[in-house]
Amino acid sequence: MSLALSEEQELLRSTAREFVSEHAPVRELRKLRDTQDATGFSRALWKQMGELGWAGIVLPEELGGAGLGFAELGIVLEECGRTLAATPLVSTTLLAGNVVLLGGNEMQKKEILPSVAKAERVLALALQEAAHHAPYAVATRAESSANGYKLTGKKTFVLDGHVADQIVVVARTAGATGDRDGLSLFLVPKSARGLSVQRTIMVDGRNAANLVLEGVEVERSALIGAAGRGADVLDPALDRATIGLAAEMLGTLGEAFERTIKYLKDRKQFGVPIGSFQALKHRAANMFVEVELSRSIVLDALRAIDENRPDVPQLASIAKARLSDALHLVGNEAVQMHGGIGVTDEEEIGLFMKRARVAELTLGDGAYHRARFAALSGF
Amino acid sequence: MENLDSFRTEIGKWLEQNCPPSMRKPLGPDEDINWGGRDKVYDNPEEKLWLDRMAARGFTTPTWPKQYGGGGLSSAQARVLAEEMRRLHCRPPLVSFGITMLGPVLLQYGNEEQKQEHLPRIVRGEIRWCQGYSEPGAGSDLAGLQTRAEDQGDHYLVNGQKIWTSYADYADWIFCLVRTNTTAPKHDGISFLLFDMKTPGVTVAPIKLISGSSPFCQTFFQDVKVPKKNLVGKLDGGWTIAKALLQHEREMIGGMGLGMGGSGGGGTLDALAKEYCGTEAGRIADPVIRDQVAQHLMDSRCFTTTIRRSGDEAKAGAGPGAASSMFKLYGTEMNKRRYELLVKVLGSQALGWEGEGFNTRELGTTREWLRSKGNSIEGGTSEVQLNIIAKRVLGLPD
Repeated sequence: MSLALSEEQELLRSTAREFVSEHAPVRELRKLRDTQDATGFSRALWKQMGELGWAGIVLPEELGGAGLGFAELGIVLEECGRTLAATPLVSTTLLAGNVVLLGGNEMQKKEILPSVAKAERVLALALQEAAHHAPYAVATRAESSANGYKLTGKKTFVLDGHVADQIVVVARTAGATGDRDGLSLFLVPKSARGLSVQRTIMVDGRNAANLVLEGVEVERSALIGAAGRGADVLDPALDRATIGLAAEMLGTLGEAFERTIKYLKDRKQFGVPIGSFQALKHRAANMFVEVELSRSIVLDALRAIDENRPDVPQLASIAKARLSDALHLVGNEAVQMHGGIGVTDEEEIGLFMKRARVAELTLGDGAYHRARFAALSGF
Repeated sequence: MENLDSFRTEIGKWLEQNCPPSMRKPLGPDEDINWGGRDKVYDNPEEKLWLDRMAARGFTTPTWPKQYGGGGLSSAQARVLAEEMRRLHCRPPLVSFGITMLGPVLLQYGNEEQKQEHLPRIVRGEIRWCQGYSEPGAGSDLAGLQTRAEDQGDHYLVNGQKIWTSYADYADWIFCLVRTNTTAPKHDGISFLLFDMKTPGVTVAPIKLISGSSPFCQTFFQDVKVPKKNLVGKLDGGWTIAKALLQHEREMIGGMGLGMGGSGGGGTLDALAKEYCGTEAGRIADPVIRDQVAQHLMDSRCFTTTIRRSGDEAKAGAGPGAASSMFKLYGTEMNKRRYELLVKVLGSQALGWEGEGFNTRELGTTREWLRSKGNSIEGGTSEVQLNIIAKRVLGLPD
């Protein structure tokens, strides 16, 4: 697949860019934050994205989706990343949505996915239990009960966990913490007894939650896929979500970089634009290199999903490591190069750095993915 | 497209019939590619035969006009020729700075007499060229060159010296930047001269590098007489030609870019790390080295993917993208990092200079590590590349 955008893809990009510029510019994120919005994102915006076909863009048409690929979803994600738009794209479309799409039975898919496509349902994936992404470090237990299972444990950093209609909880039906075998995936409704949700206000103004499950009862039909074989669904779902997140990060990266270059040209000190100072020119040029490398690997990773290539897992790790480090660099450089105003809340560039750090630590940072890539590559 | 298909079939047949068997084998350890030249001795007659046959069809310079001995092919046809040669494992019959650098500028700026005299000899590999550009006092600031060419009526008298002249000790002729005007601003006093390396007054001294011997030379000119007809383009107008030639050189190096990023044993880094640093449960024992190996392999993958994207965008009609300006910078710095990692991995076995106690691969790695230090300096230093990106791509002000 060509890494150049087709005409249709270019059209999607300009449409998406126009849409987010009008309906979800950076000041919308600021408003959500400052008003302590209960949802943390605009449901009206999400509904509009549903109408545009973006919430279900990769879902098959028979499930109400647009039947397009990750190359297209990546374009939408990137444009959302440019304006730091708060949407359930990562939690619902990428994470939990892919778990249901890849592992759900026909009934589950038919029940859940069409409403995801219509942006009428928000989902969350409850996976992480300690302070770092570690998919198999699951201690939450799922014990067999009369009608199904009883879930007990704690989850943290659950994206959109406080507003999700349903939460896919990763729990252990067998094995010890750290084992790949023995994981199971359960659909838990938000109203489930024994489930307490604590919304966490994150530094980037987006949404996450801590969950405590105390004997939460779910029916047998809540199990997604085979008991104990949850990793077989979780792994590819995580790869897709990771690549999708990298695509969103690419937008944040590009926008932060472009705003910084503009500032270097506009800001004058000592009678000249500060962009004429060679030290800043060289740092800007190095950032440019990182942006270009990042763009290439994200584009390839998105297409690899669509082509069903066997190297999707490696590409997910390469893309996430790259974007994590590049956005870390550019986020920090952007603030530094904006000088005094860069550390003010009034200036928007600080929001980009905050988002950079949250995205970096979501679904594994550079170090995590280098280790994963090494394991996948046999060293 | 129909034309290309029948062309491909015809070329494939012709190559199979005309490429001698030894020219379809990879280069042996003691063999070099054919650089041609006046003094070239052909130990293998098939090498001469292959060159002659390809030159007769102009395929050593596929897109050059037929009237100068070139193949007269379109770039699409030239691509097909290259593909068929690769498919049939045919060696390039001739490699030369005349083909990649001088020829294109002669076609653009030379007069008819110069084209007729020099181009056919380049096509046939009869004359080997070297490039007289940099001087000890003019590297990054090439326009500051001082080698002087004084007007003596029917000839120029050249005095000065050049440095980093690759293969000057093997070359027959030199294309040389000289100063013909010392009062004009430095860019406006430069001319482009051609002359025979056997002209009295020309001496050559090879340059040894920190890695050992190299093809680089110093070239000295003492009262060298150059006929006026060897001036290419306008007097004092040589800087424009110099820049055009550098662009061709950059495209040539860029074309080798894929080699830089992808090959060269990038995949053996992890195998070497296991061998020299030990393993634990089948994995590289040292987690820091494992992380650095992963980083390098990821860098390499992102780089080759960027080269591919650049190609895809060019094919889609976008023209050479901004990304291509980073290839030399990133490729060379990545290569240097790779060798530093290799040295770290091989440890004291990477510190041998010669002789007993080290195997060939180890000694080779050491020399390559040393030679790689030049990669970020030659062909425009990394610092100059960053300046170029900042100015031309990002539009940052002077």
